[in-house]
Amino acid sequence: MPDATILAAALVNGATQGAIYALIALGLTLIYGVLHIINFAHGAALMAALYAVLLLFTGLGVDPYVALPIVTAGMFALGYALQRMVIGPASHGRDENILLVTLGVAILLENLALVAFKSDTRTIDTPYAFATVDVGGVLIAVPKLAALGGALAMTAALFWLIERTDLGRAIRAVAKERQGARLCGIDVEHVFALCYGIGLACVGAAACFLLPSYYVNPTVGGGFVLIAFTVVVLGGMGSFVGALVGGFVVGLAESLGGLAGITLGWGENMGQLGIFLVFIAVLLFRPQGLFGARG
Amino acid sequence: MGSRAPATGLGRDLAVVAAIATAILLLPLGTQSGAALHAVILTLLATVLGQGWNILGGFGGQFSFGNALFFGVGAYAAAVLQMRLGINAWIALPLAAAAGAAVGALVGALAFRYGLKGSYFALVTLAFAEVFRILANMLPFTGGGVGLMLPLDTRAAAMQFASRVGYLYLIGAFAVAGFLLHVWLRHSRFGAWLVAIRDNEAAAAALGVDAFRVKLAAIVLCGALTATSGLFYVQYLHYIDPNIAFGPAFSVEALLGPIVGGMGTVFGPLVGAIVLHALSESTRNLVADVPGVSLALYGAVLIVMVRYMPGGIMGLLRRR
Amino acid sequence: MTMLKAAGLSIRFGGVAAVDGVSLAVPEGELCALIGPNGAGKTTLFALLSGFLAPQSGAVEFDGRTVTGMKPHAICALGLARTFQIVQPFAAQSVRENIAVGAHLRLRSRRDALAFADEVARRVGLAGELDKPASALTIAGRKRLELARALATRPKLLLLDEVLAGLNPQEIDAVVPVVRAIRDSGVTVLMIEHVMRAVMSLADRVLVLAGGRLIAEGPPAAIAADPRVVEAYLGQGTAARLARSGGAP
Ligand SMILES: Nc1ncnc2c1ncn2[C@@H]1O[C@H](COP(=O)(O)OP(=O)(O)O)[C@@H](O)[C@H]1O
Ligand SMILES: [Mg+2]
Repeated sequence: MPDATILAAALVNGATQGAIYALIALGLTLIYGVLHIINFAHGAALMAALYAVLLLFTGLGVDPYVALPIVTAGMFALGYALQRMVIGPASHGRDENILLVTLGVAILLENLALVAFKSDTRTIDTPYAFATVDVGGVLIAVPKLAALGGALAMTAALFWLIERTDLGRAIRAVAKERQGARLCGIDVEHVFALCYGIGLACVGAAACFLLPSYYVNPTVGGGFVLIAFTVVVLGGMGSFVGALVGGFVVGLAESLGGLAGITLGWGENMGQLGIFLVFIAVLLFRPQGLFGARG
Repeated sequence: MGSRAPATGLGRDLAVVAAIATAILLLPLGTQSGAALHAVILTLLATVLGQGWNILGGFGGQFSFGNALFFGVGAYAAAVLQMRLGINAWIALPLAAAAGAAVGALVGALAFRYGLKGSYFALVTLAFAEVFRILANMLPFTGGGVGLMLPLDTRAAAMQFASRVGYLYLIGAFAVAGFLLHVWLRHSRFGAWLVAIRDNEAAAAALGVDAFRVKLAAIVLCGALTATSGLFYVQYLHYIDPNIAFGPAFSVEALLGPIVGGMGTVFGPLVGAIVLHALSESTRNLVADVPGVSLALYGAVLIVMVRYMPGGIMGLLRRR
Repeated sequence: MTMLKAAGLSIRFGGVAAVDGVSLAVPEGELCALIGPNGAGKTTLFALLSGFLAPQSGAVEFDGRTVTGMKPHAICALGLARTFQIVQPFAAQSVRENIAVGAHLRLRSRRDALAFADEVARRVGLAGELDKPASALTIAGRKRLELARALATRPKLLLLDEVLAGLNPQEIDAVVPVVRAIRDSGVTVLMIEHVMRAVMSLADRVLVLAGGRLIAEGPPAAIAADPRVVEAYLGQGTAARLARSGGAP
């Protein structure tokens, strides 16, 4: 039995990781809820955002937290343009095409990163990287605490946007009944692009909170995106609350499972394997209705 | 094509397959260049990989994003059977195909029983490939992350050849088998059912088509054929590791060829493989061998194809 | 002999009882019409009979066998074929290929299935369109294609869901004899239809569904005069149409 401090540290780690997962998953679930597509480019977008944070820091000396508005706005613009100019026109009204195009975007981004940055794993060196605060006897790394707080704040902002603003109402109208929304004079293509943009903006924010305590390489997105898919499927496709709760559940499960794995002497691979098996099981055994079996 | 007698085009399709087989047989008369033969061999390998995907994705409309699963199972089956159990490669061939078929049956039984379609099917195949990649890293008999190195034994009896011509004929034979499978799909009841399910599953069910069984059979064929490409990879390059076997590169290559060439067509996987390999060869000449360039190009090609040419190259050539 | 029998079929969607305790029997060789206002539950009843929906209670017997809970393809293989109110063509395939999918239920050979498709196309008046893609057909053409594909499975019983809806009077006059010929060839037919002129001239017997329940049944003339039926249609103007259609003496 690990002592209380280690357990508490694992809980904080899990909650932080969970908040990041939730933020990434919120973007994914928003895109799914409105466009009815799984954004295979989500992981690649996270990777691109992490490199943006890295370059801003190493090139211009911009602190990741200061970079938040820049990266978030940049990712929003990238997402809007991608949906408007690439994904939307390529869909020809068929979901399969969107699936393939987002896969194409993912492959393109990941390999452009490989060309530009090689396969090296890179980190940034902030003055507060190893700073800790003492919360009731438990030492917590400052970047982790910032990530937890920041992700929660971003999530709250997203909720407010969707639930309380005119834009949110338009988004919800399109999600529910796109033909009807079109007839009511809503520019559906514009809303699609906004949603895709907001989805990527979430990823941009996640990158700013993630990089100070994490790393980046061209394939870093892959691991996160399958976890984000798991979170989204767990929480119910298109459900914000589900994504939030699911993010924390997966983050805590991963952290506590890792602790259990180390304590019991299993390898690190077990945790990864566990996530994929849970993912497959959830995909298979969730009730039909959540799976958008069209027709 | 007359409107009275329904011309099926079976004879024409078989003639084209015969022409392709003849071209492969005669190729060594034209060139003995190792580099040229190597390029053709890799193109044919991509063709077989694409054919496997095309059965399920092109004819059946079930898009797998993780076909490396079957490639890897075939490759590891070949390597493990030969190296750990001392089984002859020619006997390992049907066993590897059977392993691919079995994994196909497992994934298909689960996914199709629970009605997974579209994005969800793509996700599940991807996740299975990842699970197998992690397993290949963990299990003792796979050599873990280091991979397996097939010992050199250049005898035809061990399915290894001193000259590239032997490998050309081997992968050529697999490709021709794949073509014949495709011709059969194009001109058989099973193929008609599979395409009907792709186009409208409810309508197919109303006409007596058992969608579950037909899709299951399709993924089994896909798994078996794709596994033979994995076996070939091991025989030819003598090495396999978890990231090559189950990683995204072969999953992408499997779907890209048919999409470029023309999904659900008999010769689309070949046409796509030729175009893609020509493309990546020419960029390699332009920008040397920077890692990522050819895959980035593949990503761009995928986007451009779906945007501007959803029927693929064969779609442009088709009559309707 | 009874071809189709339903006993106490019910299904609810949320709070709505779409089909509510429906029992019916269709004897072999009959052409029976199922009428009722929009939303009465007719299409849902067809889905229950053909296995596309599982009833929450009740049972379906087809050709002497209980088929409740069987999959649609298995029921079709026993000889019960349906068409869809909202047509469901294999849009990218030619008319011939569309019909051949149905023909393959009984014919393994591709050549035989394609040849049989030509024959069925002739029966429903699609012979001139065999090489067209299904997506190029008019509404009337697509309705004929629905009919042809179902027919190509060589059914004992055909369930036709509004095959005349959306057709103009000339097109209706062209399809009515096709349906009659199908019945005359020995196929039992149960058809949902709004076009009363066709119901009156084709049906041996009429079933009336309203609010998920069967409220009347009988020969067309009697149904047209039945006050309960007129009432079910009130507000939809069908009572007047019924009277005009000459079914009532
Ligand atoms: N899948 C479904 N989910 C919910 N309600 C349904 C569904 N299918 C039909 N309904 C409802 O059941 C009722 C009967 O519909 P339907 O069978 O299509 O009527 P009809 O064919 O007689 O016009 C309607 O109120 C309809 O809205
Ligand atoms: Mg109806």
